[in-house]
Amino acid sequence: MFKRKNYLALGAVVLVAALVLSLPASATSRLQLVISSWFLPLFGLANATQRLPADLADNALPRHELLQMIDSLRRENEQLKVGAIQAAATRRENDQLRSLYDWQRQMPWKLKLANVVMRDPANWWRSVQIDLGSRDGLRENLPVLTVDGLVGRISSVRLTSAQVVLLGDPNCRVSALVEDPAQDIGILNASGPLDSSLLDLTYLTGEANLKPGQNVITSGLGGVFPKGIPIGKIVDAQPIEFGLATGARVKLNADLGALEKVWVLFP
Amino acid sequence: MNPLQTLLILAFAFLAVFAESVLSAPRNLLGAQIDLLPGLMVFTALNNDIWTVALLAVLGGLGYDSLSANPLGVSILPLMVVGYLVHARHDLILRTLPFTQFMMGAAASALVPVLVLILLLNGGRQPLIGWSSLWQWLVMTAGGAAATPIIFAFFAWCERNLGYQPLKETSFRPDREILRDRNK
Repeated sequence: MFKRKNYLALGAVVLVAALVLSLPASATSRLQLVISSWFLPLFGLANATQRLPADLADNALPRHELLQMIDSLRRENEQLKVGAIQAAATRRENDQLRSLYDWQRQMPWKLKLANVVMRDPANWWRSVQIDLGSRDGLRENLPVLTVDGLVGRISSVRLTSAQVVLLGDPNCRVSALVEDPAQDIGILNASGPLDSSLLDLTYLTGEANLKPGQNVITSGLGGVFPKGIPIGKIVDAQPIEFGLATGARVKLNADLGALEKVWVLFP
Repeated sequence: MNPLQTLLILAFAFLAVFAESVLSAPRNLLGAQIDLLPGLMVFTALNNDIWTVALLAVLGGLGYDSLSANPLGVSILPLMVVGYLVHARHDLILRTLPFTQFMMGAAASALVPVLVLILLLNGGRQPLIGWSSLWQWLVMTAGGAAATPIIFAFFAWCERNLGYQPLKETSFRPDREILRDRNK
């Protein structure tokens, strides 16, 4: 059982593991980049395979259906254009008022679309990788969202890809504001490893009077997420810590289990 | 060491890690992703030498961690511990029985995530764990256990179709041939 060869192999592996774990952060990220690049051809293949059924379905779609879709999209586009004109007027007015009060100007959001290429294989992290990297101008802590709401933030950036730590991961805590008359502010935490759509809103005051269905948005505190990004809705709330604080559960707007395309926000 | 089998094992590990990061059906259906590396390690430890076990632990662990938020290299030691323990007793384990393969796969799939979590917590990381992690652990154990006999069957099929088969000895010996001739 106790052969010298076995001890040698075990010692060699322990040595390699200790060496890799003790590498400086820059060397680790370079090594990680090299190893993860081995998987790039497979990711390309997987993307092409995933697109194939959709492409086939597009080719099989009847012409009149396509024309109907174009028509409805054209109408939606016109409505959005009218909305954009209105929003531009409001923004001008807002800027004028802000300049009157000497408030800081609000910059419009710049967004970049990214594809989700993979999910974390480990069950104890909630993160995904996207196909934008430092060559696209990405940097750490940029907010990531979908049209439904906030998804997470960039946690690490490589040349052609970046890791997004999702809401609910212990490394992604968000200061959130409940849209109620009192404008209660709390911290969004993970509620459990199984359900990714429900999060805990903690550090609310004991007087917070929350009702199911109230909107939760980013508060802008903390310096990572700009104010006003929708997060979700209050499901229920109860007093905790002997009534000294209030805890609530929030149902996320974005479906974190079915992310395909996300927007990276450059504030 | 059979170089073809070693290459096949490493290729399987590479594809298994990739599949775990791309296929989200198990996670969406069962609430947890199933890890195939512990089952593969059981097969490797029972059928190969210790250096193949070490190679799989290092390359499989690094591949897994490179696609995960785990610190790079944290999965190497848990895989090696499982591989070492199984390999140390490989002469006593009835490796051809599917039930043995199932039980060994279950034990390995249960042990590896626990060891990784212990290393993460010792390293000051905050993985997402709670009471429902027990369910995820059960899913990983059962999934890994079910996958292990399939891994054994897959490599047996590869060995049959890609490897050299030993020539079967016949009982025919020319010096012992009985000649049945009336003239002699």
